[in-house]
Amino acid sequence: MNSLLLDSTTLGRTVARMAHEIAERNQNGADVVVIGIQSGGVFLARRLAAQLQGIYGQPVPAGIVDVSLHRDDLDQRSAPMLRPTELPFDLNGRTVVLVDDVLYSGRTARAALDALHDFGRPSRVQLAVLVDRGHRELPIRADFVGKNVPTSRTQRVEVSLAEDGGNNTVTLQESKA
Amino acid sequence: MKWNRRHLLDLQALSAEELTLILDTARHFKSLGERPKKKFPALLGKTVVNLFVEPSTRTRISFELAAVRLSADVINFTAEASSLKKGETLKDTVRNLEALQADFVILRHSASGAPHFLSRFAKAHVVNAGDGAHEHPTQGLLDTFTIREKKGSLAGLKVTILGDILYSRVARSNIWALVRLGAKVTLCGPPTLVPRQLESLDPNIRVTWDLEEALRDADVVNILRIQHERQRVTMFPSVGEYAALFGLNPTRMRWVKPNALIMHPGPINRGVEIESDIADGNQSVILEQVTNGLAVRMAVLFLLNGGRSSEVAGT
Repeated sequence: MNSLLLDSTTLGRTVARMAHEIAERNQNGADVVVIGIQSGGVFLARRLAAQLQGIYGQPVPAGIVDVSLHRDDLDQRSAPMLRPTELPFDLNGRTVVLVDDVLYSGRTARAALDALHDFGRPSRVQLAVLVDRGHRELPIRADFVGKNVPTSRTQRVEVSLAEDGGNNTVTLQESKA
Repeated sequence: MKWNRRHLLDLQALSAEELTLILDTARHFKSLGERPKKKFPALLGKTVVNLFVEPSTRTRISFELAAVRLSADVINFTAEASSLKKGETLKDTVRNLEALQADFVILRHSASGAPHFLSRFAKAHVVNAGDGAHEHPTQGLLDTFTIREKKGSLAGLKVTILGDILYSRVARSNIWALVRLGAKVTLCGPPTLVPRQLESLDPNIRVTWDLEEALRDADVVNILRIQHERQRVTMFPSVGEYAALFGLNPTRMRWVKPNALIMHPGPINRGVEIESDIADGNQSVILEQVTNGLAVRMAVLFLLNGGRSSEVAGT
């Protein structure tokens, strides 16, 4: 049994609202860069950057960070596929908005903070997630949340974006087991 | 594709998918090596032992740097200054290293099959860094990586391996990776070092003793070092005669396609199997092979470090 959490229209409005919240919190658009976490955060980061550009009236750079080498469970599961990190701008002194699709244990966000550290020292890092599904294992919280969804550990949150060949929905799926 | 092997013992056993996963992973590590900050915490807290029972400089340094770049602690253990000299068995040596919580043993050994032997009882990950005349998997991988990077794909490519094939673990590892990924391999050299029976390994392997024929349509020419140390009997009259008959010199370079890659695993015997002008020429990718070796070894350590494919939930 799958249930629809966000349909296409609501997903678009949710991302737009998140962009406005980011702009409200960060008055100076020139400082802001948006960085998507591989792989679920990449397209969301681009969408947020495009929205922010409209709000600020100036370009907002979007980047990508891969956290595979900074995970804390590398010897407990099959080695993850490495993906590119693309940060074609200076992080020093910037306000980084880190973007992921789903916030769960918080371990990916922690790894992302470590990975960013290799590239410079942002003046602040904020976390934006489309879905916060709970079950945190680390003291990490999101600054901007699209939707809070109470879940059980056996469920899966599936974010399907058009850029990835999907249909712009978020669904909650029961495990097949 | 999930990686499920604990050890890297040879390339003969690897599927095309496994080889491709290593090469793809290595491609990322190569680009990471171009960052100002080149060190990553993937193997933080792990111990890598370089157990080199047979001497080697470049492979050991490459593995050491690969491990250090991934934040592992590295112990170098060479036969000359070790308990092996005092008569300790290889098995006891490794048991002792494991008692010190070694997580990886990188083994270079003169006996073919030594890493396979270790893998039967070792708790640590075993990586074959060259065993006798059997295999040198990471060299085969870095050669394949270099070819794929330069030529785009291995499929249908004609690769000539020239020189001492019989005693060459480099040749054997190259052969397995190349044919698995769809290349056609030509083996060339003196008949004593390139027996016709090598063709029985795979339908895509061809043996020729005619140098011009081997060079003429090759997309890649991989030149092997003459391994004086591994030949129990003399397989050719003299080094001078080998150079005269099979050395790659400017005259013979005219047989080689202008876009063919010239490769050599090193160390080079300049003036024997290859002349200096060619080793340093614009078709040579010999130093890029060294750079790529680091990326490939990082990929191997990273993949082997992964746990078995027990799914761990969580993002």
